[in-house]
Formats: sequence, C-alpha cells, structure tokens
Amino acid sequence: MMTFRIAFKALGRNKLRTGLTMLGMIIGVAAVISLVALGNGAQSAIEAQIKGAGTNMITVNAGNFTSGGVRQGAGASNSLSVEDAAGIRREVPGVQYLAPGVSTRGQVIAGNQNWSTRIQGTDVDLPAIRAWSVRAGSFFTEQDVRSAAKVAVLGSTVNEQLFGASADPSGQLIRIGKQPFRVLGVMASKGQGMGEDMDDQILVPYTTVQKKLLGIVHINTITISAASADDTRAVADATAALLRGRHGLGPGQDDDFMIRTLDEIADVRTQATGTMTTLLAGIAGVSLIVGGIGIMNIMLVSVTERTREIGLRMAIGAKGRDVRLQFLVEAITLSLIGGGAGMALGFALAEGMSRWLSWPAEVSVNAVMMAFGFAAGTGVFFGFYPAQKAARLNPIEALRFE
Amino acid sequence: MTHAISIRNLVKTYQLGDNVVRALAGVSLDVEAGEFLAVTGPSGSGKSTLMHILGCLDRPTAGTYLLDGRDVSTMSNDELATVRQEKLGFVFQGFNLLSRTSALDNVELPLLYGSNAIGSAERRRRALEALKAVGLEERAGHHPNQLSGGQQQRVAIARALINNPSIVLADEPTGNLDTRTSLEVMDLLQELNRTRRITVLLITHELDIAEHATRIISFRDGLIRSDRPVIDRRFARQEMAEPDLAVA
Repeated sequence: MMTFRIAFKALGRNKLRTGLTMLGMIIGVAAVISLVALGNGAQSAIEAQIKGAGTNMITVNAGNFTSGGVRQGAGASNSLSVEDAAGIRREVPGVQYLAPGVSTRGQVIAGNQNWSTRIQGTDVDLPAIRAWSVRAGSFFTEQDVRSAAKVAVLGSTVNEQLFGASADPSGQLIRIGKQPFRVLGVMASKGQGMGEDMDDQILVPYTTVQKKLLGIVHINTITISAASADDTRAVADATAALLRGRHGLGPGQDDDFMIRTLDEIADVRTQATGTMTTLLAGIAGVSLIVGGIGIMNIMLVSVTERTREIGLRMAIGAKGRDVRLQFLVEAITLSLIGGGAGMALGFALAEGMSRWLSWPAEVSVNAVMMAFGFAAGTGVFFGFYPAQKAARLNPIEALRFE
Repeated sequence: MTHAISIRNLVKTYQLGDNVVRALAGVSLDVEAGEFLAVTGPSGSGKSTLMHILGCLDRPTAGTYLLDGRDVSTMSNDELATVRQEKLGFVFQGFNLLSRTSALDNVELPLLYGSNAIGSAERRRRALEALKAVGLEERAGHHPNQLSGGQQQRVAIARALINNPSIVLADEPTGNLDTRTSLEVMDLLQELNRTRRITVLLITHELDIAEHATRIISFRDGLIRSDRPVIDRRFARQEMAEPDLAVA
C-alpha cells in the first residue's frame, strides 16, 4: 500500500514525461480495440449480407467440375431434369420451397431500347427462397409456368436500362430475340449475391425457357430452401443421396451435380474477413509492443536519473525489494492508466467510425481484454528489468552518482 | 556498559584492476553513546570507507563491528537496511532531498520503509515535530528549490531525526554551505547531541568544523593516526553571536 503511494508521488513529480509515456500505451491499446472493432464490424456486415440473400438456401447445379474426368463448368451438363426436382420435392424431408432453374442469355428489346442480359427461367417460389420481393406489379403464377407463358419479371438493372429506374413497366411488351413477352412486374434491387448481379436479369417461367427459347427438356439448377437453418445440412445430404440414386451412380463414381449451401459460402467469406481482422490486430499489436518498449525506455532513463534518489532511499532503510516494487508499480501504473485511457479512446474511435463514417464497428470483448491484459503484462515485463537494475544498485555508489 | 559503536581490527579491501587497495588496514575504535565524534583526514585516507561501514551501507572485509552490542558485520543487505531504518540517521553534503517534493514529505520518507506500519496521520505529526525541532515548521509545504542551502540541510537533519535514531552520521554536512549557515547546522547538531543524547559522527576535512565535536580522530592511509579529546571546544551558538562573524 505504502509502495503505491510512493510510486504515485514519483510519477506525479514528472507529469509531462509520465503523460508522454502513457501516450504510447494509449495509442497502442486504442489501435487494437478500434481496428479489431472495425474488422469484427466488417465480418458481421458480410454475414448479415449473406444471410439477407436468403437463409437456408441450397443450390444444386448440373454437372461437376471434374465430372467424368472432363472439366466442365457448373450447369454445363444436362444431368438434371425436371423429374429430379419433382423427386426432391416429393421425397426429401425438410424442403420448404424448391425452384428448378434454366438460364440463357439474350438481347431484350423494349421500344427503341435494348439490353443484353441473362434470361433466368425459374419457378414461382424463387422470391420466397431468396427473400426477394417484387417492387412493382406481380410475379408470374403457377398457371404461367404450366402453360409456358411468355411473361417476364424484370430485374431492377434491366428495368433501368429499358424503361428508367423508377418506371413501372407492368403490362408493357418487350421482345426477347424475336418473341414478344409481356412484362408482369419489376423486382426490388438485391445487389450482388452468390457471385452474380441479381439485378441484371429477367425472370421468366423455366418452362418458357425450355420450350420457347432453348427447346430443351433438362434444367441447369435446382434452388431449394430448407424449412429451418438447422435442416440445411440434412436436406443437402438427402438431396445428394437421392440424386445419386436417380442418376444411377455407384459407389466410387463422382457426383454429376454440385450442391452448395449458403452456409459454406458464408463460411468462406467469414474466414476471409477473420483473416483481415487478425491482420489488423497484428498491426495494432505492434504498436502495443512499441508502447511497452517506450515504457521500458523511460523507466531505464528514470532509474539512471534518479540514482541518487534510490541511494538515499536505501540509506534511510529501503530494502532492495522496496525499490524494485516501487519501480515496478510505477511501470504498471503507467501501463494500466495508459491502457485504461487507451480503452476509452478505442471505444470512442470505434463509436466515431460507426457514427460519422458509417463504417461498421463492433467492439469485441476479447480484443478489449487482450489489449488491457497486454498493457498490464507490458508494465510487468518491461518494468521488471529497470526495477531490478534499480534494486541492485549499491547504495554508496548510488549516493555518489553525479 | 556496551559501547554505541565498537569496532575491532576492521579491514576493508577493494579490487581495483590488478591492484588490491586497502582502504582500512585494521582499525579499532570505541564510541560511547552521546559522544560527538569528528573524523578528519585527507581524501583517500579511509574516513569515507569507515563511515560507510559504520553507517551499515557496506560490510567490512574482516574484523567485527558491534552496533549497540549487536554484530552487524555479517548481516545481509536486508538486515542492514532494517538497522539503518531503525537506528541510524544520515546527513549528506549534497542534502539529497527529493526535488518537487515538500519538506514535510521529504522528512516523512524514512517512515515509509520498515516493517512497523505507521498511519499517515501519525507520520504527518512526527514529520511536523521533526521540522519543528530544526525550526522549519513554517516551511513544511515548501519544495527544496524554494529553500536556502542551510534550510535544505536542516530539512535533511529533520529527516535523519524522524526515526529517533541512536546515531546520526553527517558526511561533510557543511561542505556546500557558507560560514554562517555552517554554524547554524553545527549548532543544530550540537543541540541534538546535548538534549537528545544522540551520538553524532561527523566527517569533515575542516579543522574548525571538527572542533565543534568532543573528540577528533584523524585518518591517514587506512589507519587512525591520532585520537584526542577536544580541549577548547567550539560552540556554534556563541560563535554566531560574535560581531565579526556577522560581517563575514
């Protein structure tokens, strides 16, 4: 207790230097907390974005990158059929929605405007699977799918190119290639998702693409949503098993389809941002160490400068351990107060970044504990050597020191 | 009766490169409680080494040192620190006050060490008492740089007194002071010696300062060359009253 009084008084005697030394620690701790907050914020933002794309989603693509030894792109095979989709809907438990998909590219013409885009054939449940709403007009119906009707719902980018960003194109006629389609509505803007621009496409019944545009009977993809997030893995596995059976694949043969869940994609993205967070923390950690070395430096200078003081303290009865404790407490006090102030600054920076710059920043308890723990550890570690040096001084020589 | 200090055949050698320096070459000395002993001699004569050993800041290479009957010549550093804290007071040529620290806090300093914990109110009371004893209670809040040299040395003496030591060691206490303030400091030491029966060991190379003691020993080449009582002892208070000094 006495030692703390002694140490505080000693620190109070040179306030400017004490303040500057703490500054190193303050900056280090603040940097760790705010940068990790930034990294965590980015991570949650990406997770939220992926979740927003429609949770519980499973995609089945025809073909596999290594199918039959020949490398093919996903969807570049005719291994999936409408019957496969019907089989999954019928036999796999836990499937909530399902949409067969087949796509092509085409030139879309409306009046004197034209735009080359993707024509995505799909089913009525796609908006539900992707959590994607119709901004104006309506989506096509099961009747449209059954009759392979020439109806289309525009992505917002396509609508902007053909009719204008805020226009409601419902009821207009467009042409895809030479065939006229009636526009039913326009989708809300969705942005990038699953590696493609969701807004730059036209949604039509998959039967229409098969029969009116391509003249094929297979499909490229099946998009499924599981009833709950917990079921996603089970549904994906059951789907794979069902498809292998339907396609007559024996053990040892590669899948002729590829199943991906949103979770996997989310995991990859999360890992990437996790790496970024670690990197940021590492950089900030360096400044913490620099702050610690600053403390050691100042404590060493202080020991030399106060040699006579140490000699005097020893002469009037201080033991080696009293002196060591005094300098150790001084170093720890520097680093703890510096760490505390750095914590406050770090919180303020994180708050400021999210409020004024709209950068997502989440202060992580771990980072705070780590930074503060490190600050305290730095005090002990970098304070010990100077303290030991002070404690080992010979009182006679210390008193004579000029 | 035990002597305040009793040393026998004290030897202290230092290794300086290839040479062995004998700073003390077998010194024996008894000092009674309440004596005022001046130690003189040229630099390098061994008087400082003797004071360091008597002050428990250093240990002899050979010989024994009994302080109030206790053998301190073989104690550990920590034990010596405790002895210094409990029995000894130091006054240095350079005052050695902590800068940017009030006179009161400086005087309190020795009470912060040692095993017997003293409450802060009691520390304050005793520090004020010690400052009063040296006539500086009104300067308790002043920092060393706001005090004259003589006042600083008196604060240092108050600091040496706060533990009620049995021995005060004063190492050239007047070395940095002019004649007038030197006499003030010597008057204070004489008074403490007389009223409190504190044994005073004074190191000085100035003979007129040494003559304020009751006994003078002089050192040369690590040995005591003379040991004599002071016949015509000086009293600082009388000297200060003499008119010619007021001019000087």
